[in-house]
Amino acid sequence: MSSVDTTTNAGQLLATASGGRRRRGDRIFSNTAVIAAVTILALLVGVAVFLVTEGYPALTASSAELPKGESFLSYVAPLAFGTCLAGVLAMIIAVPLAVAVALFITHIAPARIALTLGFFVDLLAAIPSIIYGLWGIFVLGPAAVPAMKWLEEKLGWIPIFEGPASITGRTMLVVGLVLAVMILPIVSAVAREVFSQTPRKLQEGAQALGATRWEMIRTTVLPFGKSSVISGAMLGLGRALGETMAVAIILSVSGGVTFNLIGQANPSTIAANIALNFPESSGLAINLLIATGLVLFVITLATNFLARMIIARSNAQ
Amino acid sequence: MSSSRWLAVFAAACVLVLGLAACGGSDSSSSSNTETGSSENGSGGEALSAEVSGEIAGAGSTAQEAAQKAWIAEFENANGSATISYDGVGSGGGREKFIAGAVAFAGSDTPLSEEEGELGKAIKRCGPGELVEVPDYISPIAIVYNLPGVEELKLEPETLAKIFNQEIENWNDPEIEKENPGVELPETRIVPVNRSDESGTTENFTDYLSQIAPSVWTHEVSGEWPVKGGEAASGTSGVIEAVAAGEGAIGYADASQAGELGKALIKVGNTWAEPSPEAAAKVLDLSKEDPELEQGQKNVIAFEIDRKTEASGVYPIILVSSLIGCTKYKSADEAALVKAYFEYATSPEGQELSAEASGAAPLSSALTEKVEAAVGAIE
Repeated sequence: MSSVDTTTNAGQLLATASGGRRRRGDRIFSNTAVIAAVTILALLVGVAVFLVTEGYPALTASSAELPKGESFLSYVAPLAFGTCLAGVLAMIIAVPLAVAVALFITHIAPARIALTLGFFVDLLAAIPSIIYGLWGIFVLGPAAVPAMKWLEEKLGWIPIFEGPASITGRTMLVVGLVLAVMILPIVSAVAREVFSQTPRKLQEGAQALGATRWEMIRTTVLPFGKSSVISGAMLGLGRALGETMAVAIILSVSGGVTFNLIGQANPSTIAANIALNFPESSGLAINLLIATGLVLFVITLATNFLARMIIARSNAQ
Repeated sequence: MSSSRWLAVFAAACVLVLGLAACGGSDSSSSSNTETGSSENGSGGEALSAEVSGEIAGAGSTAQEAAQKAWIAEFENANGSATISYDGVGSGGGREKFIAGAVAFAGSDTPLSEEEGELGKAIKRCGPGELVEVPDYISPIAIVYNLPGVEELKLEPETLAKIFNQEIENWNDPEIEKENPGVELPETRIVPVNRSDESGTTENFTDYLSQIAPSVWTHEVSGEWPVKGGEAASGTSGVIEAVAAGEGAIGYADASQAGELGKALIKVGNTWAEPSPEAAAKVLDLSKEDPELEQGQKNVIAFEIDRKTEASGVYPIILVSSLIGCTKYKSADEAALVKAYFEYATSPEGQELSAEASGAAPLSSALTEKVEAAVGAIE
């Protein structure tokens, strides 16, 4: 509190010094900034209001009235599960990879290679998701079929590889891989930025104490970048949760809740389900889809909130 | 101090949103005003000129999209000053837009029905005129399969229903072998492929299964695939792609899109029928009009498709898509344009064009006559 007071005092001092009034540039700047902030909030509130008002009829309708004849919760639960499963799977694959790529670029690779590699990783972010979807269905899916057969035979005792393995490769595992590639550039860009800002003094100090390169990275770079990596990962998770086209094209969605990642029956995700069913829907079915959109909105807000909490806690330590 | 400032920002945001919402509200009310106003002024009964002009929009079924594109191109060639657009938003979306008055006509894979309350709303939308609904696009749905070495596959309806209900799990099942003597069937697992998006193809296929094999197929008829656990793919092209990719896969898709894939022969009566446009068109000649779907509307032609027919040379797994319009529009010009376009689409030339463009089955001459009479009611 006291720090805030001193800054305002300083501001007032400065203002009095320059002729009793704030200069015009200051006013324009502060007004623009406030307007920008208000617009962002207005957009967010606007989307929330839209989702609630349009989804409300489906939320309050009895299960007999709803087009599927089941309650809203039992309709949305498998979708929410599928959304989270796809997102978590993508994170498990992408985050370690992104951190490794970022470390390689910032601390291991020679400058020229680092520059080129960084450029190519960033380029991954520029590929439209529909292209990823087509790549998944025509290239990665078929290529993954033998691998998934192998997983079923050798590791079938683990529930996630239970099988029977899909013959077309349109599975949750392939979707997780594609989503991982999609979010990789986002996570690694954030990680790269912060890793390269690790204070030199810390790094040199660690090496002066006899640390190897890995020990130096482990004791200085990683702790320094931890909270930024988490927030980068959450950005990526946000994209993975909301990804629509790639999932809608690739995934064979016909199952309820299952952890089996290589089978032909997979739970759908909320976003893909909306994309697949919206064109042929009318009346309450549309409200139902929008209500599932509200659930996705809440899930994304919750993950972001959680991420903020983790970051706040790790910063406090 | 800082928290109260944030509160102010948040309040401002809310005010802005409410303002926008208010704008939206007034916008829609004003547009509906103009609409009712002009439909009251609407007058018809003007004599048709040979060439029509103006601009109309339609929306709906993606199944008819290719045919619509071909019709529009030819129609605009013949009528230089007419512009027609068709937006393939899906049947449900098309019906909704038509009822809301956003488009002049719709294309739908399923007839308007009272069950969802759409028929009543559509009749109301057309007031003081009447509703027009005529079939314009008939297409056979093929059962496509991927079994290398199996050139010909014969399936009885019951077996087909069991396969898609996941009751028969391997290709060398005695039930399939019994129908295909002399064919070397592999032990491969059967993977039924269905649409993951809601579609008229699924609705027509499940309607067939529930009519022909009610003891096996106990699911409700719906545009959304009812059996869980199969392979699912989005769109016709997705199903074709999935069947082509997986050995042992079997799926259902518009026959014109089947490409190199094998198409199963289905038992009808005592013969084996293959999906051809001619065999598909014959089904409607054998079907009766459905009074429940027509509700006494004299310009509505909606069939209860006779999927259980035993006549030879008929292929009963078909998709029937319709044009939906009104007899009266806001202006006589608009009505004349809709009429001329409907007439063209359902005419023998139009039907030939859609057969070329998308492998559809032309309307039979008996049906064409009925359709002509209904379309002729547009003023």
